[in-house]
Amino acid sequence: MRQQLSLVTVIAEAVLEHRLVSEVRSAGATGWTITTARGEGSRGVRASEWEGGNIRLETLCSPAVADLLFAALEAHYFPHYAVVAFEQQVSVLRGEKYGA
Amino acid sequence: MQALDLAVANLTSPPVLAFVVGVLAAAIRADIRLPDAVYQGISLYLLLGIGIKGGVGLREAELTAIVPAVGATLLLGVSVPLVAVGLLRVLTPLGPIDRAAVAAHYGSTSLVTFTAGLVFLEASGLPVEGFAATLLAVLEVPGIVVALLLARRYLSDTDGWGHALREVVTGRSIVLLVAGLLIGAGTGAAGYAAVEPFFGGIFVGVLTLFLLEMGVVAGRRLPDVVRVGPGLVAFAIGMPILAASAGVVLGLAVGLSVGGAAILGVLAGSASYIAAPAAVRLALPEANPGIYLGASLGVTFPFNLAVGIPLYTWIAQTLG
Repeated sequence: MRQQLSLVTVIAEAVLEHRLVSEVRSAGATGWTITTARGEGSRGVRASEWEGGNIRLETLCSPAVADLLFAALEAHYFPHYAVVAFEQQVSVLRGEKYGA
Repeated sequence: MQALDLAVANLTSPPVLAFVVGVLAAAIRADIRLPDAVYQGISLYLLLGIGIKGGVGLREAELTAIVPAVGATLLLGVSVPLVAVGLLRVLTPLGPIDRAAVAAHYGSTSLVTFTAGLVFLEASGLPVEGFAATLLAVLEVPGIVVALLLARRYLSDTDGWGHALREVVTGRSIVLLVAGLLIGAGTGAAGYAAVEPFFGGIFVGVLTLFLLEMGVVAGRRLPDVVRVGPGLVAFAIGMPILAASAGVVLGLAVGLSVGGAAILGVLAGSASYIAAPAAVRLALPEANPGIYLGASLGVTFPFNLAVGIPLYTWIAQTLG
């Protein structure tokens, strides 16, 4: 049985990893996946090239949780950090695991 | 050794030459960087190795020798960022947040500069107190905290503070260093003999590999420095000389040997580029990383490696 959920992807400076994980948790998501990422954008500069450039954080959640997460990103991260965030509608098996 | 001999011996050592090669590779955009995991592994090895050797020295040292040296180091950690902020105000057009961000880097210290200093002093036949690595651990944190506090009243958003302080105190560099000190102090000279081939025998070789990488990264930072202007470059060279001279004088005053005073000078004169940038990025997101990394990694680190270490050694020899 498939359910419709939001897949939120956040690509950000690796130095933000711990902070972003606590934002995802407090927004109410039940889990997340983090991979290292490379790329270039409008900001270019990273605080530490050795702490692993960028991360790509993905989480499956309800649209309400995605809204909370985006609000937190807008308030505290977009002004000063290199952050890209977007949301996609996806069909998920066992959607109740992710708050459907 | 004479001043010129010191300088030549330093410039022709394999780690320094590897650094120069790295800078040149960055200039021609050749990709010779180490894979991330290898870099992380080597930095772990250097931190733990320095820590273990320092721990062995700590176990053998007298408390009456350690306490005044730690006191002098703390004094440097607190005063260097304050002087740095003042000097930046005079020399550069930077705003208060950028000034504090740069000061955090100069208040903290650099493992690799310290390690290169130890290797240089050993090659010059100047013994250094075994507990010197303890001073490295002591100097790493206070300077960053003092500088961040200086900037706090100018901030619009202090949301990242808790994370920044956690990053400073539980960052991998300080944790690994303290872990190494504990291992070394626990095992002593007899236990260290078993791991000496790994942490001592090949140490300079591994450092050489690491400095090749550092050269590439520092070389990439050079354009940032040029953009900020001559005031910042003057600071990035003048501040280490000032802080290192204070470190040497304080070191001699608290009874360190000539080698020990030289290494305290190197510690005081070096700028952080691993612990401080991460903490500053979290606590002072408005500060421009191009400025603080350009100064500490693009100017001060190469300066200390090529000129600073033999210069501070010479100052210690002259005064000691």
